[in-house]
Amino acid sequence: MTAPLLRAEHLTRHFKIGGALSGRTLHAVDDVSFSIGEREIVALAGESGSGKSTIARLLARVYQPTSGQVYFSQGAQDPGTPLSAMRSRRARLRYSGEVPMVFQDPFASINPVFRVSHGLLRSLKLHRRELSARERQAEAARLFEVVGLGAGLLERYPHELSGGQRQRVGFAQALAGRAKLILADEPVSMLDVSIRIGLLNLMATLRDTMGVSILYITHDIASARYVADRLIVMYAGQIAESGPIEEVLADPRHPYTQLLVSAVPDPRAPLAVGAETDRGEPPKVIDPGPGCRFRFRCPIAIDVCGTTTPQLARTGAHGAGEHGAGEPGASEHRASEHRASEHRASEHGAGDPGAGREVACHVAQSGAEVKAFS
Amino acid sequence: MLDGPVLEVSKLCVDYVLDRADVRAVDNVSFTLDRGEFLGIVGESGCGKSTLLFAIAQLLAPPARIAAGSVTFQGTNLVGLTDGQLSAVRWRDMSVVMQSAMNALNPVKSVGAQFRDVLRAHGRPSRDEIATRSAEVLRMVGIDPVHLRSFPHQLSGGMRQRAMIAMALLFTPDLVIMDEPTSALDVVAQRSLMVQIKELQRAYGFAIVFVTHDMSLISHFSDRLLVMYAGQVAELGTTRRVFDAPLHPYTRGLLEAFPSIRGPRVPLKGIPGSPPDLSVIPNGCRFHVRCPIADETCAEVKPELVDQEGTLVRCLRYTGDRSMVR
Repeated sequence: MTAPLLRAEHLTRHFKIGGALSGRTLHAVDDVSFSIGEREIVALAGESGSGKSTIARLLARVYQPTSGQVYFSQGAQDPGTPLSAMRSRRARLRYSGEVPMVFQDPFASINPVFRVSHGLLRSLKLHRRELSARERQAEAARLFEVVGLGAGLLERYPHELSGGQRQRVGFAQALAGRAKLILADEPVSMLDVSIRIGLLNLMATLRDTMGVSILYITHDIASARYVADRLIVMYAGQIAESGPIEEVLADPRHPYTQLLVSAVPDPRAPLAVGAETDRGEPPKVIDPGPGCRFRFRCPIAIDVCGTTTPQLARTGAHGAGEHGAGEPGASEHRASEHRASEHRASEHGAGDPGAGREVACHVAQSGAEVKAFS
Repeated sequence: MLDGPVLEVSKLCVDYVLDRADVRAVDNVSFTLDRGEFLGIVGESGCGKSTLLFAIAQLLAPPARIAAGSVTFQGTNLVGLTDGQLSAVRWRDMSVVMQSAMNALNPVKSVGAQFRDVLRAHGRPSRDEIATRSAEVLRMVGIDPVHLRSFPHQLSGGMRQRAMIAMALLFTPDLVIMDEPTSALDVVAQRSLMVQIKELQRAYGFAIVFVTHDMSLISHFSDRLLVMYAGQVAELGTTRRVFDAPLHPYTRGLLEAFPSIRGPRVPLKGIPGSPPDLSVIPNGCRFHVRCPIADETCAEVKPELVDQEGTLVRCLRYTGDRSMVR
């Protein structure tokens, strides 16, 4: 069994809010397990406040998890080192080089008073100690070529670059530490629609030519479909549904995923005003009780939704029942196989429809067909 | 009520007066808006779409100024009116919904108090009238009137944006100007807000000028679409036509920049290059440096807007002396 690149198990992060004595807790991320394989772009989608960015920060070690663990593997045979065990400066530095972040706002994430080469060279100096000053320059120029900027732009100041170019600088910086997994938090949402595609194409190129994995955090499902291999849909700090992105979008099984897919404007589709829309407000994540967190907005909620929190579990194609939920390791194994299975659909996917698909919904798990929003 | 278009923008030019030279952000833009019509204005950042909208609402502040042209609202040219003259129109006949409701609402006043300020700007309504009307408009946008006592920070982003729209509708104006009101929201909230705006428009019959960079967002809601490039109108036509048969290469590029959620996964290119710096406008067609079908003539000849079966388009392909190459 090959280990995935990164594996999160029962990851939880709570924040105390409203002063020490209020006793209120915001459940930003609650018991989330997932894995990211090598050479894989995983899209993490959900509305604002659903915990997407908290997950990125947990993986980047900006936050410590309240409970749960993240394992990072150094190869197919390595079962993974827990992040909490990376205590030495060297281990931490290595991890931060291999799992860098790219931020949402390209105007705020680059220091305006230095040339754009500054951050990149610093990063190289920190993470690639073996390089001489001359080699660092050459490597910086190479990385700029990789992200499609041209070495000539190295000596420019951030204000001389467009938003799209600045975001490419962000990716070049991310690559400086021999990145294996880039945590990209809404990397294109601040950019003009016309130049987003260029960045998305860059992400796909990095995966295909350099073998980098990317956690692509976004609320734009259409762009996720364009680049990602797998989709994880978050709702109120929990995973609502996950699976190979084409399959999930073609046949979403969680009501929230259905709502999300139905809300995407599609100019090519015929006019459909008056379709069922939702006016629900963001869910309660401060001291949530048991039960499905989507139930207040869900048109098909049943009694059990109010009493028991649904667990993420595998469903077959149209309700072949649930299995695999209780087998630790099974989901991780499948996850690392997704990308491969896309290409080997004949031997993998076809015989086992719904492989790798998991959904946290009582109704979907009962085998009934879910049609909440369309 | 007057007949004729609710808004007529004619040959409008807006300059930013800078030390080096003046920069023309809006160049010779003309269009009319009928009663109850929904006009979408789309373009990339820096194309002048927000400047145009501010010019229509007479909200430009130095260094921007209207250099030429007129904005005729209900038969009155707004250009050159004093603030006092404008305040008779603002909120009552024409209102503006800003991009970021987080910043547009006053954080230290309750929503109800802000509504009261608006209502008192036109006339002397009684407390009861204020309470009734405020509750009414909040209900119109789907917010419980108890939130009149809420402060902006107690509302979610979507609710704040809806409260802004409610405020804009206090007097049931004839024209509502919206500057990317949904851009801070996620897709689900975006969609439901758009549906709601459309429903309100149908119910109350006001006209809308809606500025956005996201063409797909308004594809199902606007009647006509104005595509702006580098301060000029690149294409202006009915929404359906612009989407189904885009004429300008820039419009085509914008449309092809959207990944679709249905249909085959095809590689997209987007539009190469970046939007032009308006202080160094290219010679000839302003789009030629990014245009996939440009040739030498495009670098020299400035295209004029031409009528192509009802759609206005600014491209040399359609000026008669050129073959129509697609």
